[in-house]
Amino acid sequence: MASEAVVERRSVGHRLADLFHGRPRLQVGGLLAGPVGWLVIGYLGSLALLLVAAFWSVDPLSGLTVKSFTLENFESLVNEPVYRSIVWRTIRTALLVTLTDAVIAFPIAFYMAKLASRRGKALLVIGILLPLWSSYLVKVYAWRTLLSANGAVHWALNPIGLDTPGYGTTAVWLVMSYLWLPYMILPIYAGLERIPDSLISASEDLGARPFTTFRRVILPLSFPAVVAGSIFTFSLTLGDYITPRLVSNDQFIGNVIFSNIANNQPFAAALALVPIVVMVAYLLVARKLGAFEHV
Amino acid sequence: MRRKDAHSARTAWFVVTGLVAFMLVLAGCGSSGDSTGGGEELQKVGKGEGALNLISWAGYVEPEWTKPFEAKTGCAVSDKEAGTSDEMVELMKTGQYDGVSASGNATARLVAANLVDPVNVDLVPNYKTVFSDLKDQPYNTFDGVNYGVPHGRGANLLMWNSDDVKPAPDSWDIMFDPKIAAKYKGKISAYDESSYIADAALYLKFHQPDLGIESPYELNEEQFDAAIKLLEEQRANVGEYWSEAAKQISAFAGGDVTVGTTWQYQYFALKGEGVPVAASPASQGFLPKEGATGWSDTWMISSESKHPNCMYEWMNWIIEPKVNAEVAEYFGEAPAQELACEETANKNFCSEYHAENPAFWKRVYYWETPLADCGNGEEDCMDYNDWVKAWTAIKG
Repeated sequence: MASEAVVERRSVGHRLADLFHGRPRLQVGGLLAGPVGWLVIGYLGSLALLLVAAFWSVDPLSGLTVKSFTLENFESLVNEPVYRSIVWRTIRTALLVTLTDAVIAFPIAFYMAKLASRRGKALLVIGILLPLWSSYLVKVYAWRTLLSANGAVHWALNPIGLDTPGYGTTAVWLVMSYLWLPYMILPIYAGLERIPDSLISASEDLGARPFTTFRRVILPLSFPAVVAGSIFTFSLTLGDYITPRLVSNDQFIGNVIFSNIANNQPFAAALALVPIVVMVAYLLVARKLGAFEHV
Repeated sequence: MRRKDAHSARTAWFVVTGLVAFMLVLAGCGSSGDSTGGGEELQKVGKGEGALNLISWAGYVEPEWTKPFEAKTGCAVSDKEAGTSDEMVELMKTGQYDGVSASGNATARLVAANLVDPVNVDLVPNYKTVFSDLKDQPYNTFDGVNYGVPHGRGANLLMWNSDDVKPAPDSWDIMFDPKIAAKYKGKISAYDESSYIADAALYLKFHQPDLGIESPYELNEEQFDAAIKLLEEQRANVGEYWSEAAKQISAFAGGDVTVGTTWQYQYFALKGEGVPVAASPASQGFLPKEGATGWSDTWMISSESKHPNCMYEWMNWIIEPKVNAEVAEYFGEAPAQELACEETANKNFCSEYHAENPAFWKRVYYWETPLADCGNGEEDCMDYNDWVKAWTAIKG
């Protein structure tokens, strides 16, 4: 009796082991079922739902969705000039933030990767990561105080005849550039670290001036890293709605999505497709530029 | 190499096809997923469930009166503040909350979407002594069925920095008249929600009577366009639109704005910080000469409430005379409970806030949800979606 039970118990594990034995596809499948299931159902599934919802409409009073096919969301998105200008403003700001961050981040990353001592490198990494430890909202509110009419920026610039830009698209540009800077520095730093110093020495030995070395050796080799960083800064700016809400009156795509979610989710869904389309286009261009090679 | 490319391209197509099929299934299932619920009111308040999740306006759920509530009922209160009625409706759709302090521009939507249940007012003993002009109103009673318990009411304030704005304004001119408002260009603070269109409509009702505006929430196309035009002109002078109380407080405190529309909550907070702000004084009944938009708030119970007994306890607690007095004085609004007027710390509170003066409230236009049908049977009024769209366009 007892030995039978033991056999029975062992055989469950054995049977499983037998099942997987010599079947590498099944092994891999079992291993990946969880993560891939999450990706397809939880992640891509919600995107698919979003896409479907964009073709529905809404009952004006209750705000409940009416699940019948219509193109009216896309029609108003295309036909009403206000949405075009909001989309354009958002893309423009995202590009500007990306450019600003790239220009600021490159020298810092280069110094970290190639020039700084071990200690200096560690200090810089901590310095760059430190802001990420504090809450996003605290940082935006801090900028709100800085940029206020009687704030620190006003106080610092007043003696030289300048003033705070106040709240507006400029403020959004400044705050976003600040917020996403670490996401640009770190990939570039990682990219530059991987360039062997010998290549730079070789370029110098062959008579290239520093700028030529930068242009023909360092930049091409680190370009994929810059593009990788730009994907962060660009997409984060494209999707953010809290910063615009706190430091400007201008609306960005995220704000309009937010203001429509309560009463018109299908329209919000249609609008949410805009950043997705923009991002896909951005990634295609990045691929054309060779950002995903040598990785 | 080429073979491999062809293979991965086939995999990609396979994934895309799978996704499309998945979407179609979703779209097909969609129509059966209509929200249900609602309809049933509680018959008897039982033992509390130990927890209560609320959505409220800033200053409505504060430890001063939630601590004793928790001690008495054992219902641990957790509260989520919302800045606009839209946010409240959106939060209620999650089904994770037991109740909400809804203003009149949310109640009709909540009821229409079956997000809230009727309230059996017989189970709320303190309801008997609620001011009668707050009972059975179009924003809390639908088809003769009560959907909530009144919390309190008030008017949106005109507030200004008394160092910068002289003489003290007695009219919304300072916000809306292009000539007067231009003096404060970039220093005007306006509310950031489509319901603010009603403030412009109310101004027009007073200053352009030929438009024939009756209620600022029932606007035909011509009246609506006039209000939109006024707001577009105003935009050039607006320094900042606000929807979080904290944002407006920091703007007034930092000197970014000097005049604006506000709530009592921000007014008292700024006073407390020592910022020299003023608002239409009690002698004017807190109202500029045109009157004002305002609110009459209702505690409603979610149709998906997991703690209905605690919610009924809360609805009774919040209009308990002593508590309602405390709440009203804390926020700066008129209490809903008649007996609260005997419990206020400031003995003149109820007369200052006109709690017992129905005539005063005729000049306050409580927030409502704009509907296409505004009573003339022609469905020719601008509905809520029109308001939201127009508001997006105004802000540009």
